Amino acid sequence: MAKIIASVNCSHVPAIGAAWDLGKTETPYWSPVFKGFDFSKKWIADLKPDVVILVYNDHASAFSVELIPTLALGCAAEFPPADEGWGPRPVPVVKGHPELAAHIAQSVILDEFDLTIVNKMDVDHGLTVPLTLMFGQPQQWPCQIIPLPVNVVQYPPPTGHRCFNFGKAIKKAVESYHEDLRVVIFGTGGMSHQLQGKRAGLINREFDMAFLDKLVHNPAAAARIPFIEYVREAGSEAIELVMWLISRGALSEKVREVYRFYHVPCSNTALGHLILENAPAGGVRRAARPAARPATRRARRTARKAK
Amino acid sequence: MTSTTKAAAALPARREPTKGFDDIPGTTLFDAQRSRQGYHLNMFCMSLMKSQNRTEFKANEAAYLQKFPMTQEQRDAVLKRDWGRMIELGGNVYFLSKLFSTDGLSFQYVAAEMTGLTQEQYAEMMLHGGRSIEGVRSKSDKPKQTKQTKSGKK
Repeated sequence: MAKIIASVNCSHVPAIGAAWDLGKTETPYWSPVFKGFDFSKKWIADLKPDVVILVYNDHASAFSVELIPTLALGCAAEFPPADEGWGPRPVPVVKGHPELAAHIAQSVILDEFDLTIVNKMDVDHGLTVPLTLMFGQPQQWPCQIIPLPVNVVQYPPPTGHRCFNFGKAIKKAVESYHEDLRVVIFGTGGMSHQLQGKRAGLINREFDMAFLDKLVHNPAAAARIPFIEYVREAGSEAIELVMWLISRGALSEKVREVYRFYHVPCSNTALGHLILENAPAGGVRRAARPAARPATRRARRTARKAK
Repeated sequence: MTSTTKAAAALPARREPTKGFDDIPGTTLFDAQRSRQGYHLNMFCMSLMKSQNRTEFKANEAAYLQKFPMTQEQRDAVLKRDWGRMIELGGNVYFLSKLFSTDGLSFQYVAAEMTGLTQEQYAEMMLHGGRSIEGVRSKSDKPKQTKQTKSGKK
């Protein structure tokens, strides 16, 4: 059985990719950003996941205004880096996992999440920047990667609630896959930022911190944050945070916060980063089981007497 | 071309699709209506993802723009690199990023332009924690917003 064992959340600011590609990681501006991922690089190198499901948004690279899928899944064997106007990033081609991706697509569509299957797609900074932050610059990425682009560019994006439940459907899909695979899910984008108009440069640290706490301890509450609140409180592009709810939904109810990092500024953005692991087995069992109905008539009678 | 001009002129009056949105200052919602309005402007930007198109555009911008059935207003905004105006005319910042990347400009450069601050003022504001939310939650907060912008200029 395959299993999602952890989630990684982080911003995917394009300037991070440019800083890395141009060798600026040691400059005073960029060094704190990259240092914030030293722990994470080691953590994921030790964890050695087989597959990463990478939730991100395409920034008018693979999908233009011609075609706007709300939820999509990359089912191809390979995804080349996109040319976003300055030539493709010098990063390895992303190798997918077509078999697991097809299985996830089937499972979630039958669970009534009508996603779009994508068999040919270039991947932009939304996907490659988190890989750079977590893996540096290897000859090839150390695991297979399934891209999961979400529309957050044209209104309306999927609601937080929808995203959270979609994450749960992905968890179920992965757990019904025949092969033993260890999967990590990335939820990327955010945190507070606005890239347009007179309010550009908006940062709301309080909102971001509260969001992180809610995401860890009370994700159902985080899932109820409406669109308008993200935009008003944290900027028009902060709506990307709904993608963090997909990754959260794919974990168990109780999680362990492994690492948190927050840094301002990263270009126009508050860079946020969070690593969560499913809580140890005992805790998970206790959390998941109280509602279960005893299997036999005798056991139910005993349970009633005990009350 | 006349057909698109007509189409643009025929756009219904703007109505924000989500309650409370028009009370958020300095923020444009890229919804289906703006996506229609800016379709050719955004598709022009998409064309700049190919290196040969970037070369052709740089060689003669006005001639290249004629290939896309945009409104003259949209073409003028592109030629002037009036980012705020392009957004008003249905452009979206992620599409516009193909244009400013072709120019060798960053998101931060363009964001600063749109706020009306100088590059130095904007960079300074970001280094000091960014634009504060206080006073810019809603249009009725406007007086405080002016104060905020001033403190950003320090």
